[in-house]
Amino acid sequence: MARTIGDVILAVDAISLSFGGVKALTDISFDVREHEIRAIIGPNGAGKSSMLNVINGVYTPQQGQVTLRGRTFSHMDPHEVALSGIARTFQSLALFKGMTVLDNIMSGRNLRMKSNLLLQALRVGPAEREENEHRRASERIIDFLEIQAYRKVPVGRLPYGLQKRVDLGRALAMEPSILLLDEPMAGMNTEEKQDMCRFILDVNDEFGTTIVLIEHDMGVVMDISDRVVVLDYGRKIGDGPPAEVRANEEVVRAYLGTSH
Amino acid sequence: MSQPTPASPTAAPASAADMRSLGDTTFPRLLLKHVAARPGADAIREKDLGIWQAWTWSQLRDEVFAIAGALASVGIGPGDHVALIGENRPRLYAAMIAAQALRAVPVPMYQDAVAQEMVYVLRDAAVRVAVVEDQEQVDKLLEIRGQCPDLAHVVFDDPRGLRHYDAPGLAGYEAFTAAGRRWLDGHAGAVQAAIDAGSPDDVAAMFYTSGTTGNPKGVIHTHRNLITMSAVASRMEGLTDREEVMAYLPMAWIGQNIFSYSQWLVNGFTVNCPESAATLSVDMREIGPTYYFAPPRVLEALLTQVTIRMEDAGRLKRWLYRRYMDVARRVGERILDGDPTVSTADRLSYRIGDLLVYGPLRNALGMSRVRVAYTAGEAIGPDLFVFYRSLGVNLKQLYGSTETAVFVCVQPNGQVKPDTVGPPVQGVELKVAESGELLVRSPGLLREYYRNPEATAEVKDPDGWYHTGDAGYLDAQGHLKIIDRAKDVGRMADGSLFAPKYIENKLKFFPYVKEAVAFGNGRDRAMAFVNIDFEACGNWAERRGIAFGGYTDLATRAEVVDLIRDCIQQVNADLAADPMMAASQVHRFLILHKELDADDEELTRTRKVRRGFIGQKYQPLVDALYSGAAEQFIETRVRFEDGRVGAVSATLKIHDARTFPAAAGQRKAA
Repeated sequence: MARTIGDVILAVDAISLSFGGVKALTDISFDVREHEIRAIIGPNGAGKSSMLNVINGVYTPQQGQVTLRGRTFSHMDPHEVALSGIARTFQSLALFKGMTVLDNIMSGRNLRMKSNLLLQALRVGPAEREENEHRRASERIIDFLEIQAYRKVPVGRLPYGLQKRVDLGRALAMEPSILLLDEPMAGMNTEEKQDMCRFILDVNDEFGTTIVLIEHDMGVVMDISDRVVVLDYGRKIGDGPPAEVRANEEVVRAYLGTSH
Repeated sequence: MSQPTPASPTAAPASAADMRSLGDTTFPRLLLKHVAARPGADAIREKDLGIWQAWTWSQLRDEVFAIAGALASVGIGPGDHVALIGENRPRLYAAMIAAQALRAVPVPMYQDAVAQEMVYVLRDAAVRVAVVEDQEQVDKLLEIRGQCPDLAHVVFDDPRGLRHYDAPGLAGYEAFTAAGRRWLDGHAGAVQAAIDAGSPDDVAAMFYTSGTTGNPKGVIHTHRNLITMSAVASRMEGLTDREEVMAYLPMAWIGQNIFSYSQWLVNGFTVNCPESAATLSVDMREIGPTYYFAPPRVLEALLTQVTIRMEDAGRLKRWLYRRYMDVARRVGERILDGDPTVSTADRLSYRIGDLLVYGPLRNALGMSRVRVAYTAGEAIGPDLFVFYRSLGVNLKQLYGSTETAVFVCVQPNGQVKPDTVGPPVQGVELKVAESGELLVRSPGLLREYYRNPEATAEVKDPDGWYHTGDAGYLDAQGHLKIIDRAKDVGRMADGSLFAPKYIENKLKFFPYVKEAVAFGNGRDRAMAFVNIDFEACGNWAERRGIAFGGYTDLATRAEVVDLIRDCIQQVNADLAADPMMAASQVHRFLILHKELDADDEELTRTRKVRRGFIGQKYQPLVDALYSGAAEQFIETRVRFEDGRVGAVSATLKIHDARTFPAAAGQRKAA
């Protein structure tokens, strides 16, 4: 592997988040280094998605801060997050079901479109050039994710595993430097999971994208991640390389239940 | 009943000089001919990033020369073997011509073979350079490299995932051809000189045949072999430089090589490489090929898609489809064949059907522009075959093999019958040996098997006849009818032919019959076991409100027995119409209580029935068929999927089927 892991690019520091009386996250800190695959795992309700939503700016934590490339925020604005090169996929898919695969992926390039709506609608001059360029970029993603056969198929007609792939494609279309994946393998069969693993590794390898992924399937995560954070009931109970985390007694207890 | 006189050669009229002049060139010279004649025309296209990208003939020539320079720079010369592994890709096609330009021998290999299966070929042919498609192939070759000491260079087309690979002799296409161009700068005219030195009788390519037993054999063809047969068939079909062809079957299969390499360079038409296997149907629609080949299983899959989509369509569409497919079935084929006796009213309804149904359907199948379509490889069901023809697609059967450079027989336009493969093409002679085996002599016959004189001697006799291993005969119009593998053909007690696979295939063409096993060798009458197709029969039963409790129950329902009896009687009527086959009509049959299964060794892994084994295993049933008993008890061991062994017992009823007098020839009785 020629991929070299760089310096810390994203850090969360002492984050606490509660909804009314429910503490979703308590004093969570960890960092993400450039070009690495960083997993956040934990049983259901451990606070994984909340953590992602904090990074993404959907939730504002009561305490703590997020540092992105040296800039510190106590609140992240989703639009600003997107502009700063962070893209994400959703556990419950955020696709336009009636639109084709190609259009969904093109929609991911929205932020990168410069010409105004009127020029885009008329497809004249610079807008046409721009559209061609975006189409080329989208086609590269279609090629990369091997979904050429579904280019013109409405997303709603595709099986779930393929929809997940399209969701990844839509996120990739932003050409993000950090990609947040929310349970990319949930609800997939073994073969689809293997395919998805390969795409995640390929994205990381070919584009150098830093990847933060949430998953509750431990086996899959351990195989592809560089470092793993383990959450349980909103607290961090483990952090380190997969082998170390796997040997952590508290993690084993959280996953297998305790025997008193 | 008269046997066709054995050993009476039927030669298509062809002058030896004509055959000789047709094949008097090489593939690289054909390339240069097209560069001179149509430099700016598209030679080969590939869909990439959603757009069809083309190489013109002169661009193709530049790529070929660059690859040839690179191959020469690593020491490839006359007689060396260069492997090609991957889907159909322009760069692999260019590499094939480049190898031939240096008088080296391209060896296309199956891209889906696992690594260990590749070892034999790579070692046998002492392959020194492999040009491959992608990471998948590179991984396989690196894995087995230790076992293939001659393999010094691996060149890949698609760099995805390969950036960090560091193995000696591994190079991307760009780097490899850049080195080739540098080499050409220092060796001006070297590649041209090699092309000029080439001879039509040089080895052009080697194709490995799988063979059911033993190791694969390398079939050696010269430029003359491949070009002569390609030219003969092109002339017969009137192919021009304006054809569009879709290259989608494995490069290692000689048919693919003939249709989209050999005939491509003979005619100078355009070959199109689909984006991926999954996009083929869209790509077909965009290109609209004019010359098309599909094995029966592909045609079957397409028809299934159409049927499913029609069932989901609205009521009006379904009605139109049913109404006009009836018209097509009745007169479509006759109109395609230019039959003048079709009534004006029928012609008019067919014309309307064409506007409303057939045209749109051909378009959806990507067959709007098809002038000539072939199918071959296995027996094709008459319904399937007639479906495409009645839509106006000029689908025809051909017969041939790797050893014959494909073309032995082709159905000429207007003389297409569902159960023959047509008369021999020009230059090909056929005869039937005493044993019933079909022998072929043609300018397309293999020169030899690579380094295997024993195998060569086994199939090619001193007079130049190739032993096909197939049993067949020529009918009254001189059309060849293939009935079975020669080794499986037996004789009935009265000496007439017994071709079990022929009968079984006819039965299996019915959707309700999954498997059939015919018995009759050395007997006075033929009998059959039938396996019902659970899905098709179950569906049929449900639509009629017949309740059943599972496979065994369904197989014993009187209605299902009648259904199967009907199928058998139709087959019998068909057999009766053919004087050669009339004696092998099925007199009695039974429906097996369990499905024949490869786990129980009743089928091979490729789902061919193991007739001998089944005959022994179910000996009491065979005896009962011949003894006239009405039913028979049988207990058999079955192996479950988890490996456990159990016993299944049943008492099977034996049923009679109607047979027909041989001479009557009433085709669609029953």
